[in-house]
Amino acid sequence: MSGIIGKKLGMTSMFDADGKNIPCTVIEAGPCVVTQVRTMEKDKYSAVQLAFGEKKDKHTTGALKGHFAKANTTPKRKLVEFKGFEQELNLGDIVKVDLFAEGEFIDVVGISKGKGFQGVVKRHGFSGVGWATHGQHDRQRAPGSLGASSFPARVFKGMRMAGHMGVDRVKVKNLKVMKVIADKNLILIKGAVPGPNGSMLLLEK
Amino acid sequence: MDLVKYAEEVLMDNRANPNFKAGDTVTVHYKIKEGNKERVQMFQGVVLQVKGTSSTRTFTVRKISNGVGVERIFPLHSPKIEKIVVDKVGIVRRARIFYLRGISGKKARIKEKKGPISNKAKA
Repeated sequence: MSGIIGKKLGMTSMFDADGKNIPCTVIEAGPCVVTQVRTMEKDKYSAVQLAFGEKKDKHTTGALKGHFAKANTTPKRKLVEFKGFEQELNLGDIVKVDLFAEGEFIDVVGISKGKGFQGVVKRHGFSGVGWATHGQHDRQRAPGSLGASSFPARVFKGMRMAGHMGVDRVKVKNLKVMKVIADKNLILIKGAVPGPNGSMLLLEK
Repeated sequence: MDLVKYAEEVLMDNRANPNFKAGDTVTVHYKIKEGNKERVQMFQGVVLQVKGTSSTRTFTVRKISNGVGVERIFPLHSPKIEKIVVDKVGIVRRARIFYLRGISGKKARIKEKKGPISNKAKA
């Protein structure tokens, strides 16, 4: 699977060929440098490691400095391995946004926005009680029963309850590429992608 | 956000739209599709507001149709808009004249600016 690392910039809209107004996410994708090539002989699996985003020298550890020097590049913020890249890549090669073409369907991976500790209505889509009266008191958004009584006399594992929501790795599949602006490494994708503006994304096809 | 702005500039069509603001009366020539045929429909009314920037700029037009107020929001750079014609230039003190919704008849008149109307786009 070929891919590239990008940064979510924000949303806008554009008109398609039919004149429809399409909501789009603007992503700064690449250019990514190949910092390592994993091979069957040496690593028992094959993959390429891509690096994206500038980082200051003083914020880079010595080990990583050496790693980037091997690929003859400056320190980068994000390193990701991609398995099964379609084209043959060597150490120090550059992967650009023109990897993707307009009209193609790609997958986008991101870290979703953190929502904190949330109840079951927001977190799992429970419908709540639905009644405000008839003796409900203050239980409109309560989860209700967690299971049966003396048998099994315990709560099953994985029971959906309140808890921490968000900050998960989320993959959204089959998003249409609306436009590629190669001179500024920008790609416009139909619809929303996970995470806040400025967060790192993986674009795969 | 600079790169989002850049993307919007790239996406923007190069149609020259006339320069208008809230209070002006405009006719929007809007292309609509009926089956396989395409025809132009006109929507004439008072501009209530113009908002947004670059390619996502929109404007709201209000007209009274059969005694019922009808408002339509047009994206300024929509390819479905054939052209926009400024019919009257109004004198209003606000950028958004929503107070027009609450009044009708003689009260809803807008003072008109006399003189030639420029339908040319501002450079």
